[in-house]
Amino acid sequence: MRVLEGEKVTKYFGGLAALSKVDFKVERGEIVGLIGPNGAGKTTLFNLISGALPLKSGVINFKGEKISGLKPHQICRKGVARTFQSVKVFGNMPVFQNVLLGSLFGTPTAMSSADATKETTKLVEFVGLSAISTVPVKDLTLGNQKRVEVARALATKPELILLDELMAGLNPTEMAESMELVATIRGRGVTIFMIEHVMKAIMNVCDRIMVLHHGEKIAEGTPKEIATSKKVIEVYLGE
Amino acid sequence: MQHLFSGLGILCLVYSGWFIEWLLAPERKRRLPISGIFLLALVIVATLPIYAPSYTPILMTTIIMYIVLSVSWTLFSGPTGYMSLAAAAFFGVGIYAAAILGKYVPLPVFIAVGGLASFIVALLVGALTLRLRGIYFAIFTFGLVILIMQLLLFWELHVMGIRGRFVTVIDYNTIYYAMLIIFVVLILTLYFIRRSKFGLALQSIGENEEAAAHMGVNVTWVKIITFAISAFFMGAAGATIATRWTYIDPYIAFNSLFSFLPVLMAIFGGMGQLYGPMIGAAIFAYLQEVLITKFPYYYMLIFGIVLVAAIVYLPNGLVGLVQKGWRRRVGGQHAST
Amino acid sequence: MLLVKTLDIVIGGLLMGGIYALIAMGLSLQYGVAKVLNIAHGEFIMLGAFSTWALYTTFGINPLISLVIVGPLIFIIGFLLHRTMFRSLMKSAPSLAAFEGSSLLATFGLLYIIQNTAIIVWSAATRGITYLAFPVNLWGAVFAANRLVTLGFAVGIGLAFYIFLVRTRVGKAIRAAGQDPATAGLMGVNINLVLALCFGLGALMAGFAGVLYSMCFPISPTMGLGYTIIAIIVVVLGGLGSIPGSFIGGFILGIIGSVVTYIEPSLTVAAFYFIFILLLLVRPTGIMGK
Repeated sequence: MRVLEGEKVTKYFGGLAALSKVDFKVERGEIVGLIGPNGAGKTTLFNLISGALPLKSGVINFKGEKISGLKPHQICRKGVARTFQSVKVFGNMPVFQNVLLGSLFGTPTAMSSADATKETTKLVEFVGLSAISTVPVKDLTLGNQKRVEVARALATKPELILLDELMAGLNPTEMAESMELVATIRGRGVTIFMIEHVMKAIMNVCDRIMVLHHGEKIAEGTPKEIATSKKVIEVYLGE
Repeated sequence: MQHLFSGLGILCLVYSGWFIEWLLAPERKRRLPISGIFLLALVIVATLPIYAPSYTPILMTTIIMYIVLSVSWTLFSGPTGYMSLAAAAFFGVGIYAAAILGKYVPLPVFIAVGGLASFIVALLVGALTLRLRGIYFAIFTFGLVILIMQLLLFWELHVMGIRGRFVTVIDYNTIYYAMLIIFVVLILTLYFIRRSKFGLALQSIGENEEAAAHMGVNVTWVKIITFAISAFFMGAAGATIATRWTYIDPYIAFNSLFSFLPVLMAIFGGMGQLYGPMIGAAIFAYLQEVLITKFPYYYMLIFGIVLVAAIVYLPNGLVGLVQKGWRRRVGGQHAST
Repeated sequence: MLLVKTLDIVIGGLLMGGIYALIAMGLSLQYGVAKVLNIAHGEFIMLGAFSTWALYTTFGINPLISLVIVGPLIFIIGFLLHRTMFRSLMKSAPSLAAFEGSSLLATFGLLYIIQNTAIIVWSAATRGITYLAFPVNLWGAVFAANRLVTLGFAVGIGLAFYIFLVRTRVGKAIRAAGQDPATAGLMGVNINLVLALCFGLGALMAGFAGVLYSMCFPISPTMGLGYTIIAIIVVVLGGLGSIPGSFIGGFILGIIGSVVTYIEPSLTVAAFYFIFILLLLVRPTGIMGK
């Protein structure tokens, strides 16, 4: 079943086309990667999907229903969650409250405070932060802050999660842990669409990869296909 | 002598603010003594008219009024980061509620009506402008005071045929108790908001509005409701104090000074904690009392200078300054648009 | 007779519009480039007006000469204010939005400082001067000469300023700083100087408007606030960040105001506000905004 699809998605910033008639699809249970050089339009695409920015033209459907044009909180409640490239946590609030917020407000059907608290406890444990659950998030390492973001997104009980550069700024140990986390998220039945610059992570974990360049989709296929595609190699200059 | 009692009263009020913060903190030691002192503070303040010189409740009413205004302002503008300059508008609506209804209904009723009317106006204004960027909201609220004043002036002159109104006279002690009750309801409301789901949403908006929206919080709606709640208390305060002013007209009731002073008090006092604006309000209300009869324009000039100095040198207010000194934690958020 | 009435309204609107255009251009510079929404803008108008009055009544100096005396003084005040106060705020603000907020509040304080200083120095009474008050007949409609002179100067100053922005090096630096401060800095533009210049020029415009205003109308130390609001409305009407938009918007609002005043004078402010709300909801970018 097609969980997410976009048709001729276009976005302009002033006179510049950030995204130009991009088509994309994500099937249920997949992990799809989104790569491309800086400025290719990857985060912009995520912003359009999550409702942070309006489309210029085109349409985005989630589970067959049009979501382009809805507000972020509405899209979240439909089952789409995301993390952010520059970590947007609630710094002065403790880990637990950050995740609790997602549980209380973002789920498709409202949960009672008691249930939300139980869910939050489980999620905080899932990402391995139970020991520091009362610490204000601004005092955590970047790696842990990203875990909070993931837990918070998962708290909204999404069917699709958009991960924006989860690996950015992490050391190799943290990266390996994040890759494991991504696998366990899939294990929970959540479909994943992820932007990444770290090639090793993307190639190892994704079922399919989409490549953007200057706002256009220039390639799509399995990791092996992408790794050997001449077009992609040109764009990345031998990476 | 009366300054001593006023000082005592102020101390009790500020302690109440601190007490609410303490109640909300996760770890609470020495519960019995701290709660006990709170009850004592309430008793002291409630019985003030009995043992203090007769001027003290009058001064205290003014101080409590400014505390209500500045705390209400912080309730909205603190967490959301939206600069509201509309306090004078809601305050004025309350004043007019008292002036129009004072002859026909008892005090509690027209205070409630004043608060409710302000609540409704705030809902409308909020619904119209809180979807826009913060700077537009600030501009709009700034002009709102003059707009409502002009509309009311037109209505009173051309439809009602009058220039100003006389407000029913109520004895000073009753006014004092009314204002005190509004204060208590306000801090209790704040307490329950902060402990609730709504309060969590509000706080998250202040931390990172975009993230909050993406986690399912209907950001606009939360902002509008918070704005309306803060307006309610400003309206109630206006309706209460109007009875002491006895004669009002649109110019008197809608004075931008009442938009300016709460902002000054909150910023100077520090917006991170509940008692910050209270300290700011107490200081400036006191200064105003001292200076207003002899040097009205000097005190406004001084207040202007203090506001500028506070914004440039004390972004976290007085409380923030003190906290930075003796604790690692910095005092709190600074409103931004 | 209808023609005369219409002329009366239209030209009357243009006369006020000239003043509106000047103050709006000034505010547009301050907010569009220096990112300061100056709530005390009207106070600079008041300063210009009162300085003119003081010079006229004390030394008998011609108000038109005052343009040259008072203008530069107000420019310097604005320039210094930016170099000290707003520079400091710029350094300590964590984001643009935070700076917009804190600078707005700072100008709120400035409003109280300037207004009350004026009241202390000159007292709160309303006063006026009469200068060039003789009537002029234009196709049947009668106008005071001083108002026509005001209009002439307003248009002249507006055009001169526009040419300054487009033709001179400093003007281009200002426009560059308004569009993209970072790049402008890389191109060798002294950003801090340009921003302070803009703030000073904005104050200068207000000062000019005040001088011209005092020639025709009575003045009081509390006159500023109303004009600040009008300036803000015109700036939004013309488009935030567009100087030509503010210029045109000023005249448009002037005519609208003239029409409303003809119908029901006490609703003029309400009418302006109504337009403002409409703009914010339907087209916040204004007529020529980006």
